[in-house]
Amino acid sequence: MDWSGPERLQMNMGPQHPSAHGVFRAIVTLEGETVVAVDAVIGYLHRCHEKLSETLTYAQYPSIASKTDYVAAMTSEFAYVLAAEQIGKFEVPKRAQYLRVIVAELQRIASHLLWLGTWCMDMGGALGGGATIFLYCIREREDILDLFEALVGARLLYGFFQVGGTRYDLPDGWIDKCRATVDTIDARIDEYEQMLEDNAFFLARTQSVGTVSRDLAQDVGIAGPLLRGSGVNYDIRKNAPYSSYEDFDFTVPVETAGDCYARYRVRMAEFRQAIAIIRQALDTLPAGPISSRPALKSVAQIRIPKGEAYARVEGPRGEVGSYIISDGSAKPYRMKWRGASFSNLAILPHIIPGHKVADVVAIMGSVDPVFGEVDR
Amino acid sequence: MNAEQARVALASTFGVEIAAGVPVVVTVARERWEQLGRYAKETVGCRFFNFLTAVDWKEQGLEVVARVDNLDENVALMLKTRLGPGVTNCASLTPVYRGAIWMERECFDMFGIHFDNHPDLRRILLDDNWEGHPLLKSYAVDTPHPPYR
Repeated sequence: MDWSGPERLQMNMGPQHPSAHGVFRAIVTLEGETVVAVDAVIGYLHRCHEKLSETLTYAQYPSIASKTDYVAAMTSEFAYVLAAEQIGKFEVPKRAQYLRVIVAELQRIASHLLWLGTWCMDMGGALGGGATIFLYCIREREDILDLFEALVGARLLYGFFQVGGTRYDLPDGWIDKCRATVDTIDARIDEYEQMLEDNAFFLARTQSVGTVSRDLAQDVGIAGPLLRGSGVNYDIRKNAPYSSYEDFDFTVPVETAGDCYARYRVRMAEFRQAIAIIRQALDTLPAGPISSRPALKSVAQIRIPKGEAYARVEGPRGEVGSYIISDGSAKPYRMKWRGASFSNLAILPHIIPGHKVADVVAIMGSVDPVFGEVDR
Repeated sequence: MNAEQARVALASTFGVEIAAGVPVVVTVARERWEQLGRYAKETVGCRFFNFLTAVDWKEQGLEVVARVDNLDENVALMLKTRLGPGVTNCASLTPVYRGAIWMERECFDMFGIHFDNHPDLRRILLDDNWEGHPLLKSYAVDTPHPPYR
């Protein structure tokens, strides 16, 4: 990277920067107000989950997996247990599959709400008070966290998944509460859209900013709403259905512009699709057991045969995958996390140069990185 | 091309046996690693770079694994190459995929694999002064290291 040049200035954003949504340091090289290069420094939250998972059994690790992406903890547990189930050829009861879908979609809504609120707050007072939409979003997210708390007893890191099914069944009255919550959110999404899309400042700050071409998107391997915002119609729930997603009727929103606004539009449409999936799953929830796994007498009781599998789920930020190599013991020989945020963040050095400093914040927020998942 | 066509084409081009199944797993000699990446992208149409990592098979040496996808035709390729005992050099896929820039940096950080012709090979998650590469099997979880400051 060329740092030289007479009129250039190097500026540090982070590691403690309010717009970073975590600990992230961007060394930006400026020519006046324009960014000419970005060096992303990550790793502040690195705990080496991949090494850790080699020391923990298939019964122990799922609840630790939630600590990779703590904003969408259900998703990472999901990917890990799917990979273990694939190698071990575990049957997952239909009811457990539906429960998994319900919590994964609720998690998607909660995660997108946090993204929308913080992103709009990053872009500041131009959006009519800045923190207004943040507080609205947090209010709705709170209802979903209440649902999770009623289900598993925890609000952020759940331990809901286990190899072979789920650990908890729905408590009494949960279904009605869940329906009421998604109804409220469904109505409020319209309100947010109105607030933002009628706002000329919002449009000016997001349209034609941080454009990712279809080709660059695939080459770097960004996924989820970023990929679909760049015109690639790809959603794992449709293209490689898992956990009975083929039972539900939903569409995959795609935008072609590739800018921050396109990514925003994709996520807004995903709110509604997630709500549609949750309603269908609640309507058709099968009765039956929630796990095929016998009760454990020891954490090392689950053993899966030699082999390897890569299982992936469509998380709020895109493809979250777990690549497990098993040597036949109670722990993986090797486990690789494909963190969606890591790949998504790798797009920044390609798209930020050429933009103004203020746009860096808008672009970074539109990527929706969660640093627990970037650093793992 | 679809997954079955890709399997047949890869098997004949690289002279290896490829079992049927999803994903298509191709193992080649390390000399043909970059060629395999290029073939996957240009001929099989796997333009989506999913991830790249490595596995430490102890005395049998390191294995580099990459996954690429053809999103339009739903083809998934798992590309593998064994570096051999004691070898820590591997061709870089960065001339083919830009996503390999960060993935190979992570792989270098965690396994100490040097990717030839990588434009910016340095640690990415750990500090530059870190000693050792944690995902090697020889690196114990409780390996002591000096305090940060």
